[in-house]
Amino acid sequence: MGRKLLLEHINVPGINTFDVYRSKGGYASVEKALKTMSPEAIVEEVKKSGLRGRGGAGFPTGMKWSFLAKPEGVARYLVCNGDESEPGTFKDRYLMTYIPHLLIEGMIVASFALGANTSYIYLRGEMMPQVRILERAIAEAKAKGFLGKNILGTGYDLELYVQPGGGAYICGEETALLESLEGKRGNPRIKPPFPAIAGLYGCPTVVNNVESIAAVVPIINEGGDEYAKIGIGRSTGTKLISAGGNLKKPGVYEIELGVPVEEFIYSDEYCGGIANGKRLKAVVAGGSSVPILPANLILKTINNEARLMSYESLSDGGFVSGTMLGSGGFIAYDEDACIVRNTWNFARFYHHESCGQCSPCREGTGWMEKVLHRLEYGHGKMSDMDLLVDVSKKIEGNTICPLGDAAAWPVASAIRHFRDEFEWHVTNASEATSRNYGLAHYADPLKVVETA
Amino acid sequence: MKVTIDGITVDVEPGTSILNAARQIGGDIVPPAMCYYSKLAGSGGKCRTCLVKVTKGSEKDPRPMPKLVASCRTGVMDGMEVQNITSPEVIEARKGVVEMLLINHPLDCPVCDQAGECHLQDLGFEHGAAKTRYEFDRRTFEKIDIGDKIQLHMTRCILCYRCVFTADQITNTRLHGILNRGDHSEISTYISKAVDNDFSGNMIDVCPVGALTDKTFRFKNRVWFTKPVEAHRDCDKCCGKVTLWYKGEDVIRVTGRKDVYGEVEEFICNTCRFDKKKTADWVIEGPRKVSHQSVISANHYEFTPLPVVKTNPVLMEANKEQFERETRL
Repeated sequence: MGRKLLLEHINVPGINTFDVYRSKGGYASVEKALKTMSPEAIVEEVKKSGLRGRGGAGFPTGMKWSFLAKPEGVARYLVCNGDESEPGTFKDRYLMTYIPHLLIEGMIVASFALGANTSYIYLRGEMMPQVRILERAIAEAKAKGFLGKNILGTGYDLELYVQPGGGAYICGEETALLESLEGKRGNPRIKPPFPAIAGLYGCPTVVNNVESIAAVVPIINEGGDEYAKIGIGRSTGTKLISAGGNLKKPGVYEIELGVPVEEFIYSDEYCGGIANGKRLKAVVAGGSSVPILPANLILKTINNEARLMSYESLSDGGFVSGTMLGSGGFIAYDEDACIVRNTWNFARFYHHESCGQCSPCREGTGWMEKVLHRLEYGHGKMSDMDLLVDVSKKIEGNTICPLGDAAAWPVASAIRHFRDEFEWHVTNASEATSRNYGLAHYADPLKVVETA
Repeated sequence: MKVTIDGITVDVEPGTSILNAARQIGGDIVPPAMCYYSKLAGSGGKCRTCLVKVTKGSEKDPRPMPKLVASCRTGVMDGMEVQNITSPEVIEARKGVVEMLLINHPLDCPVCDQAGECHLQDLGFEHGAAKTRYEFDRRTFEKIDIGDKIQLHMTRCILCYRCVFTADQITNTRLHGILNRGDHSEISTYISKAVDNDFSGNMIDVCPVGALTDKTFRFKNRVWFTKPVEAHRDCDKCCGKVTLWYKGEDVIRVTGRKDVYGEVEEFICNTCRFDKKKTADWVIEGPRKVSHQSVISANHYEFTPLPVVKTNPVLMEANKEQFERETRL
């Protein structure tokens, strides 16, 4: 059994209430941090832990905190990014729903470390149940003296607010989130300046993912060195994975980073294998924005080593034969899944969610969606695949924010690994439109795995 | 601090953007800009036409930047080295941006009022592909009257946001902005509103394409059949320095004076722009100098070929390499 740090008490009845959470050792990190540690020591502890941002980019959290500008007389802010909108990713809302005090505990410690006296939890607009849960939890924590003025008599003040957004995917991008939080249209800002210098209301701001902030709690409780012992290489600690798709047991799992992908998919501790006894065809390992990999490449690297659930192992081989851990939105596809339809679906999402500020993303996402739509509905051409690859290249890296990359990578990778399936859609248009899919129609990506 | 762009080094003030550093050098190494407008705070970074490659960050940190950057919004660092037209990657990216910009922009230059003065036309000519690969229906909109003198044709809009910045920054009230998201975005006024303040006409001047047009001039003539003349008048609202556009003896259009990058030197009021259309209203200064490359100069002026670098002795000394390059790249 893998070690659980965040979800250890998730099944305790009433863990969403302050009293039960406290009886299980909750808020111990607040007492430890505020009474016995300096803000610098907390940042140092987070640095030692090797914690990497759990929102998708994987940037070292301690380093991000140390970049925060600290001018005299200027407010600093901590903003928790709970705008979880990536297709396939649903771990943060699980955490906020069932164990909200963990996030609030992490927010208090992180805010203290950063010198923030006002902090925000920004959520996607549709997540109103979670807004209510968090507001109730904040009220409980405040009533018990863990929020508000003079927390635990230490002289530290912190006000924590929950703010639902308008419900746009782009508001998960940190600068768009800040714009939205300021009450403006959620458009990404052009960087520099980075939020650590000029963020919310022009003040130094740190934006962290829900899971990253929650992970601060075990880091303070057990020490950064202990936390760093879990995991593998530069992928330390545990990670929440939201597993979906054609799995026997989809759900949110806490894994120790470094678990083999094969074990994660097939062991009973985690996903229990592919549903209905089918075979695995492909996996999107880190949410819809990361490159899709066929079964052979997700289970083994190009060097025939077991692929692990870690930042480094999943990205082994670059985008040619690897992918990214991203936000941990693990989507498995069985042999009957249509990659063309899936790619079109992703492209439709990114087209819909592009903010429209910069021309390659605004126009390119729509173009890709239209080409994929005609491929899916039997009107495609053999040249469409090259066109899609070229358009995705024109978007990638040329946009204001990473949404352009997020739109381009799934398309480019799907064509890279499943080109024969795209071609089959062109040459067998009637079968494609009748939804008669299956491995018989194109080269079987599993053969490599089975013969290995 | 020193910055080197396409092998040409120039001294600039701290805080200068790469684009403005390139403009200090001048010539064909200046990246194109569709959304950046030096007179409008916060503009730039959106159209992505000015992307450049930073091959050396600075003397302190010589690492190259991992991606192409928008030169209009990226500040120079001491010792920075930048590639613009000497980078195949930049040229390829710019070609892609032009293609994207033209996806939903109609190629109706023969009937568009902006023809001859259109930055997208120039950009397409210099960086675009000969044929489009886009085979789907284009986005179209009904024309909107956003004021009694200004016609908005969103179909031609490339969403550069310049007019929004103009309305925000040089007028008193915010009456128009962006609606919707992605390629459904459109510039519009709030319901039942019109942009009717004294400086609204400047939105026409800042529009790089033919999306915002002057109703007092629309379809009256082609720009290359007109004669631009510099003139001024005493105005209690603006500087009163304008360009008059003559057709025969008649003034058919008044605009702000634009610099070599197509940016107005000073914004003018609506009275000067729309209501003063008689020669007697103005003190004439003389013919406007027009670049020989502009279609406006056709049959009007004699010209000498544009130097690659501005005639600044210091730059000439510093930029021997470019002078040796006799032909445009």
